[in-house]
Amino acid sequence: MYLLAHQLGFRALNEKIRGTSEDVVIEECYGERFIGAGATGRTITINGTPGNALGAYLDGATIVVNGNAQDAVGDTMNDGKIIIHGNAGDALGYAMRGGKILVKGNAGYRTGIHMKEYQDKKPVIVVGGYVGSFLGEYLAGGLIIVLGLNTEECPVGNFTGTGMHGGEIFIRTQKMPKNLPKQVCHSPAEEADMDRIRDILSEFSETFNIGMDEILGKPFHRLTPNAKNPYKQLYTNN
Amino acid sequence: MGVQYIYPEYEIVRNQERCIVCRVCERQCANEAHEYLKDSNKMVSDDAKCVNCHRCVALCPTRALKIVKSPHTFKENSNWSGKAINEIYKQAESGGVLLSSMGNPENYPVYFDKILLNASQVTNPSIDPLREPMETRVFLGAKPEKIERDEKGRLIRNLPPQIQLSMPIMFSAMSYGSISYNAHESLARAAAELGILYNTGEGGLHEDFYKYGKHTIVQVASGRFGVHKAYLNSGAAIEIKMGQGAKPGIGGHLPGEKIGRDISRTRMIPEGTDAISPAPHHDIYSIEDLRQLVYSLKEATNYEKPVIVKIAAVHNVAAIASGIARSGADMIAIDGFRGGTGAAPTRIRDHVGLPIELALASVDKRLRDEGIRNRVSIIVGGSIRSSADVVKAVALGADAVYIGTAALIALGCHLCRSCHTGKCNWGIATQREDLVKRLNPNIGYKRLVNLLTAWQHEIKEMMGGMGINSIEALKGNRLMLRGVGLNEKELEILGIKHAGE
Repeated sequence: MYLLAHQLGFRALNEKIRGTSEDVVIEECYGERFIGAGATGRTITINGTPGNALGAYLDGATIVVNGNAQDAVGDTMNDGKIIIHGNAGDALGYAMRGGKILVKGNAGYRTGIHMKEYQDKKPVIVVGGYVGSFLGEYLAGGLIIVLGLNTEECPVGNFTGTGMHGGEIFIRTQKMPKNLPKQVCHSPAEEADMDRIRDILSEFSETFNIGMDEILGKPFHRLTPNAKNPYKQLYTNN
Repeated sequence: MGVQYIYPEYEIVRNQERCIVCRVCERQCANEAHEYLKDSNKMVSDDAKCVNCHRCVALCPTRALKIVKSPHTFKENSNWSGKAINEIYKQAESGGVLLSSMGNPENYPVYFDKILLNASQVTNPSIDPLREPMETRVFLGAKPEKIERDEKGRLIRNLPPQIQLSMPIMFSAMSYGSISYNAHESLARAAAELGILYNTGEGGLHEDFYKYGKHTIVQVASGRFGVHKAYLNSGAAIEIKMGQGAKPGIGGHLPGEKIGRDISRTRMIPEGTDAISPAPHHDIYSIEDLRQLVYSLKEATNYEKPVIVKIAAVHNVAAIASGIARSGADMIAIDGFRGGTGAAPTRIRDHVGLPIELALASVDKRLRDEGIRNRVSIIVGGSIRSSADVVKAVALGADAVYIGTAALIALGCHLCRSCHTGKCNWGIATQREDLVKRLNPNIGYKRLVNLLTAWQHEIKEMMGGMGINSIEALKGNRLMLRGVGLNEKELEILGIKHAGE
C-alpha cells in the first residue's frame, strides 16, 4: 500500500496503516508523528522524515526510514526492527524492551535511556555515527553499540551510563570518554565480547553496506554497571 | 548500645495473667518482636522491633496484648521534638536518607474537616433515598463542546471514549510489587463487582488479572515497567503517571530484593534488579511533549481508550492542569500531599505538595474560567477518608475520587507506616509468601465491596438531605459547602462561604 503522508496528516495516515496488514510504503513524509505505533509483523518503508515517536510500542513490525528520524524513535518498543538511513533525534529507544534499532548516522541525547531486557527479549541499538550526552542513562538491560564511523573523536557525549544498573554499552573508539559516572566500569572489549556482538555488527554492515573491515578498524570499549543495585545504601528506615 | 540506641516509641504490654503462651504472637510477627523463653515458659517482647501494626493484638486469643505509646520522653521542648532528635540520631548513625511509608502524618490543616455540608429544611424538600431513585453513576472523559447534528438532524456521535462508574470512586494506583498479589486480586474483584475501576500502578499487570480489564486502569510511568501493546489495550483507560502526592518531583525505586519471579514477570525485568522509575519522563519537558505521549498512547490503542494524566498537587497546579487539559488528555488525576506510598523519603513526603482540597478548588476554577472544563474530567486523591470527603470533593468540582489508603485499611492495614520494610504482617505491602497468604482475597474483596456499598448509601443520604438526586447536580456545587474556622484567603481559594453566611 502506498500512502502520501503529507496529504493525509498523521491521524488519517496512521489509521490507514492500522487498517491494513500489508506492507506499507509512505512517501512525502514531512514530520508526521506516531507512524507505526504498536505495529506488528510487516514492513513500513518511509521515504522522507517521519516525526516524533516513530514506532512507539512497536510490536514486531519492521520500519525502514530513507531519511532522518526525529525524537523518541522506538519509545517502549517491544519487538521488531527500525532501520534509519540517516540521523535520529533525542531519546532514541527510550525504555525499549526488545527488537533492534539500527541508525546509519548520528543519534541525539539520551540514546537508549532506561532500556531493559526481559527473558528472551534483549533490545539492541547500533548507532553508526556519534551520540549526544546521557547515552544509556538508567540502562537496565540490553545492548548499545556506538561506532563513531564518521568521527576521530570519542563518539559519545558527557555522562554516559549515569545510573546504569544493567546491560552493556560498546563504544568503538581510540580514547575512552572522560567523566564517566561512578556507576559504570569500563574495559577494552575482549575477544569473547566481540564474538557476542559480531552478528549484530555484520547485520549493521550489510544493512548499510559498510565494510566489516572498517567497522572493526578501531578498538571497542565495553561499559558495564558496577552493581545491579546502585542505590542500595541510600536509605535509613524511619 | 550507646548513642545509637533509640528508645522505642511504642511498648508491647502483655497481661501475663491472660497469656496462655500459645505463641501466636510470635508466629504472627514478621518483625520478630515476640519471643518464647523455654526455661521460664514465658513470652517476652522486644519493643524496639515493634512497628505497632496490631497484628499480634488482633490475633491474641485471650486479649492479653496491647500496644501503648511509651511515656519515655526527652526533656520537653517545643522546638526540638523527640521525633526531630531521633531522626538526627538515625542519620548520624547511617548517613542515609530517611525513608517512610504511607501518607504525610504531620499536623497540617485538613480542609475537609473545616468544610460543612448543607441540608434542606422547609423551602427545598430533602429526598429520601430509600424510596426515591438517586443517581450516583458518573461518566468520565472529555465532553464535546456542543451537540452536533448532520443535515438530516441526526445526532453526530462526537463523544470521545468515556469510562462509566457506578459511583464517583475508584481505587488509586498501587503497583503489584508495592502491594501483594492478594491485595491486587481483592481490588480487581471488588472493582468488577462494584462497577468501578482499579488501577495497576506502574508495575505492569499480572496475567491472571487481564480478565478484569474492563475495570482496570493501566498505568504508564517513567520506568515504563510492563508496558506493551497488549497491556495498553487490556484496560478501560490508560493513566500517565507524572507524579504522586506522597513524593512530588521524585521517582520511585523498588529494590531488587523485592523483584521476585512473579513481580519480574509483570514488570518485565530480570529478577533481583532494581526497578527504578526516574523522577521525570525523559521525553517530557513541556506540555507539547506530554501531548506527544498522550497521542502516542492513543495511536497505539486506536483512540479507544481515554488517557488520564496523574500529577501531584504542587504550587502551580492550576496552570499545570490547564496545560494538561490542552494536551489532549481526557482526565486529570490530582494527588494531594496526604496521599499514601509504599516508600518515600520522609522529608519529601512530609514537606512537599499541597492539600488536595485547595488544589482541586483552584484547578476546577481555573478550567472553568478558561472555558475548558469540559475537556477533562477531574479525579482527586490524596486522602479521601470517608463518604463525606467524597461528597465534599465532588462539590468542590471533582468528577470522581481515588481511594488508596482507605481501601488498604479495609483490607486490614493498620497504618503502621512500615510498608517500605516489606514485612507487612497483614499481607498487603509485602511479597513474602507466608505473609501474603494472610490476606484472603475472598474476604478482602468482600470487605472492599462492603466499604464502598456503605459509602454509596451515605453519599445518597447526604445528597438526599441536600435535595439533590443526581451526583451530576452536586458536581462543583459550592453552595452546598460552608467553611468553619477558615480565613478569607482559604475561603476564596476554596470558593466557598463561611458558615453562617
